[in-house]
Parts: sequence; C-alpha cells; structure tokens
Amino acid sequence: MKRILKPRERERMLGTLYSAPMGLWFTLFFTIPISIIILYSFLKRGLYGGIEWEFSLSAYQQMFNPSFAKVLFRTVWISVVSTLLCLLIALPCGYAMAKSKHQTFLLFLIIIPFWTNSLIRIYAWISILSSEGFLNSLLKNLGLIDQSLSLIYNNQAVIVVLIYMYLPFAILPLFTTIDKFDFALLDAARDLGATKLESIIRIMIPNIKSGVSTAFIFTFIPIFGAYTVPLLVGGKDSTMIGNIIVDQVSKTRNWPLASAFSMVLTLISLVGVFWMLYNGKQEQHQKKNNQQALEQNIKLHYSQRGRK
Amino acid sequence: MSQQRNTSKTQFSFSYSMLSLVIVFLFIPLFVVVFFSFNSIKGMQWESASLIWYKTLIYESPSLWAAFRNSLIIALTSSLSATILGSLAAIGIKWYRFKGRSYITTVSYLPMVLPEVIIGISMLIFFSAVKIRLGLFTIFVAHTTFNLPFVFMLVSARLDEFDYSTLEAARDLGANERQTLLKVIIPSIIPAVLSGFLMCITMSLEDFVITFFVSGPGSGTLPLYVYSMIRYGVSPVINALTFVMILGTMLIAFFFRKFLKTVAASN
Repeated sequence: MKRILKPRERERMLGTLYSAPMGLWFTLFFTIPISIIILYSFLKRGLYGGIEWEFSLSAYQQMFNPSFAKVLFRTVWISVVSTLLCLLIALPCGYAMAKSKHQTFLLFLIIIPFWTNSLIRIYAWISILSSEGFLNSLLKNLGLIDQSLSLIYNNQAVIVVLIYMYLPFAILPLFTTIDKFDFALLDAARDLGATKLESIIRIMIPNIKSGVSTAFIFTFIPIFGAYTVPLLVGGKDSTMIGNIIVDQVSKTRNWPLASAFSMVLTLISLVGVFWMLYNGKQEQHQKKNNQQALEQNIKLHYSQRGRK
Repeated sequence: MSQQRNTSKTQFSFSYSMLSLVIVFLFIPLFVVVFFSFNSIKGMQWESASLIWYKTLIYESPSLWAAFRNSLIIALTSSLSATILGSLAAIGIKWYRFKGRSYITTVSYLPMVLPEVIIGISMLIFFSAVKIRLGLFTIFVAHTTFNLPFVFMLVSARLDEFDYSTLEAARDLGANERQTLLKVIIPSIIPAVLSGFLMCITMSLEDFVITFFVSGPGSGTLPLYVYSMIRYGVSPVINALTFVMILGTMLIAFFFRKFLKTVAASN
C-alpha cells in the first residue's frame, strides 16, 4: 500500500526533490571551491607550489609589498576612471533612447556588437591601435604623421577598451530606469523656473538613483576583475589585480597569495552588490512616500496653470 | 518661453548626438575587422579585394575547426544540464518550503556577481585538490556552473507570473505530481526554459576566462584558439572568422526569435 504523506512532509519532499540537484551542484562546484580559496589564503605556501597545512597570515602581509600595492592602487584608479566615464557617456545615451520612438531598434544596435565574442572585440581594438594598425596607417596615408604613434600597450588603451567592452552594461540599466521616469516632472520643474540642466540634475538624477547604482555595479565589478583587457592591450605597467591572481597561480605557483587576492576581489564585488540592493530597496521605500506628495504637487500645479 | 524651447532643443540633440557617436564607436572596430578580412595581403594597408583568408579559414585551419567542435560539444552538453537542473530548482524554490531553500537561492546568485577570474581560479584549485584531470569534462562542469544562475533566474521570473490556482485546479481534477509537472507547469514555462537554453549556449560559446583556467591539453575551445592566435599579433584568418561568427550569431538570433514567437503564439 502506498504511504500517504502529510501535506507538510509532502511539500518538503517534493521541494527537496526538485531543488536538490542544483543545490548539490552548487555546493560541490561553487561553495566548496570558494571555501578552499578562503582556507588557502590563511595557509603557508608550499616549497614547490601548492600549500603547507600551517596557519599563517603571510599571504595577506605580502599584499602590502610595494609592487603589489601599486597594482592594487592602479586597479582601483583604472576601474574608477573607466566606470565613471562609462556612466557619463551612458547617461545621455539612456536619456536619448528613452525619449526616442525607435527604442527596440536602438536597443538592438547597442546589443549587436555585444554578441561578438569578447576576445574578437579586443582583437578588433588591437588591429586598430597597434603600430601597424588601422589608425596609424590611416594617419600615415593622410600624411598627418611620419612615425607610428604608440597607441597601444599603455593604460589609456586599457581604459578605452574597457569602456568599449562594458558600456552597454551601463546603458541598458540607465535606459530602463529613465524610460520609467515620468518626464512630466521635468516639465513641471521647468515651469517652476528651473533650467533644463537644473531640472535634470535636481529632479531626474535623484529619481533614477537605483538605475545609476545598478549601472555602476554592472560596470565596476567586471572592470575591477578584468583580466583579458589589461593582458592583451595593456603594457607591462598596466597589470591589474586579475592578472596578478593568474600569474600567482600559473607562474609563481603561490596559491595562498592568489587566494588572498581573490578574497579581496570577492569582498569588493560583494560589497558592491549589497550596496546596489540596499539602494534599490531604499529607493522603493522612498518612492512610496514621495509618490503621493509628488502627485498632489503636480495636480495642484496643473490646476493652477489651467486657471491661468 | 521661446528661449526655453531653444535650450530644450540643444539638450535633446546633445543626448542624441552622444548616442549616435556611441553607436558608431561600438560598430567601428567590427567594421574595420570585417573590411580587412577581404584584403588580399596581411596587415592593415588595403591592397585589393580577395577571399583568400576565407579559403584559409575553411580549408587550411584544421585545429581551428577542432576547437570549434570542442566548443559545440561543451555548449550543448553544459546548456542542457544547466537548463534541466536550473528549471527544476526554480520550480522547487518557487512552490515548496523546505530546508536549505534560502541557501540554494543565495548560492545561485553568487556565481553571477563574482568576477570570472574568481570562478575560474577557485575551480582550478578545486580540481587540482581533488585530482581531477583538466579536460573537456572540467570545462563542462565549469560552464554548467556559470550557466545555471541564468536559467534559474529566467525560469523563476516566468514562474512569478504563473497563476498558482491553475496548479490547484489540476490537482483538484485528479492530476498527480508527474502529470501536473509535465502537462501544466512545463508547457507554461517552456518559453523561459528555451530562452535560458539559448542564453547558455551563447555564454558557453563566448566564455574565455573561466575556460582558460579549467582546460587541459587538447581540450581547447574556439575562444582559447582565438586567444592563442591574437597573442602573436594581427591575423587575417581571425578577421575572416569574425565575419563568419557575426553572421552566425545573427542568423541564430533571428531564427530563435521566430521560433519563440511561434511557441508563444501556440500557447
């Protein structure tokens, strides 16, 4: 005879049955590997690569070694500069797209280049910027220069290509939030005497804060962890934290140090994500409070204008 | 008033010209590469039109095609396993309360937000700690892992729109668990499952960083092959490959859109 389960038991069993495979998969291939990294970062380096089972903080101490500290510092400034530039470029783009009648088409145009393999996109920049590349031969043919300019293998090239790679990550969230923004508010502000720029800075920006923070995180985290771009278009003074991690694993075979750097990268990414979630929640809360006041103001405003 | 109108117009055209510039900026590198794939000589000086690099690509690049075959195998198998595991888990998480539910939800978002280097390194260290040889299998595992969150997210979003009373109705009418799953739940989430599957395929074909860490000798995928070629400078064969890949993705996207539309219509 079939045993009849109580509803509670049945629910538990079915839920586990459906979700356990993925849960086990993540435990085995995500949670355990990440835990190993955390563990290794507190161990001593083995003589011939690998680790020794002895607690030690030397990996974290080594991070303050001037040559590593410099890379850490460089990673921060390259990421901040390229993320801010991404946002500055993406903001008017998102605005124009939200105002446009051809939204689907424009979205399509922004996304298509993205479908191309990321290595190929980096390669395209190499073939444009390199000393025998497109830009140099174009300028030579036009007679503007005699000697090739060195456009690649420096920090500027890294920043340009990073912006190229992650710009759509900034445009898309900004577009979606600006699209939801009520443009009547801008008109209201203008009618109340604000200039266009003022109305954008004081009315629109506070209202699309969650989009801005999403765009910031979506671009900042992958840029901060960038590996291929600095490797392929950067010079020997453009290594970033991602490159150090890989070098420590594959060349120097210092696993504890690589793990410690990975911890830094992970923590910064997680802080960013939680900040984004917190901002989104706060804004939702604020919106509820503001909504009524705003609506009343606008109604009042329009009724007054009608009377004029 | 007229002055205000004017400022409004200049602002508007500022954002519009910015957008146009960005679109040009996004497309120019690809156009340059595709244009020079029809060049008869190596290098970025235009000589004359020719299809020689396409010939080389098709007939004289066996290792490229071997890498492409690896890519396809990995993409299909990892997307399939990620789609099955992710969809089932989404159903379980959405409708049932059980131990470990919040653990699974949290852990399923993390691989999406962590930098790729971290996922790659942690897997490499894990595989060498448990002494699994790097090869196609380890790439399969890694790709399934980074694909899973996306399927899980897409299917969960679809299930949020699903009307729970349909499920109760099916049960009241005597359907057992297997019948509800096969005849009610799966047909209604199939568009999300399919788009999840396609997303997995594209992400798997595209991935370089994670694959780079977990691949062994002879198991290189197409991006790894491209990487090994571009490390040594500009190669016209890669130019030709770029154009073929762009055409390929456009075609797949086009047919898939049509396919999804018919699925949505028949629902």
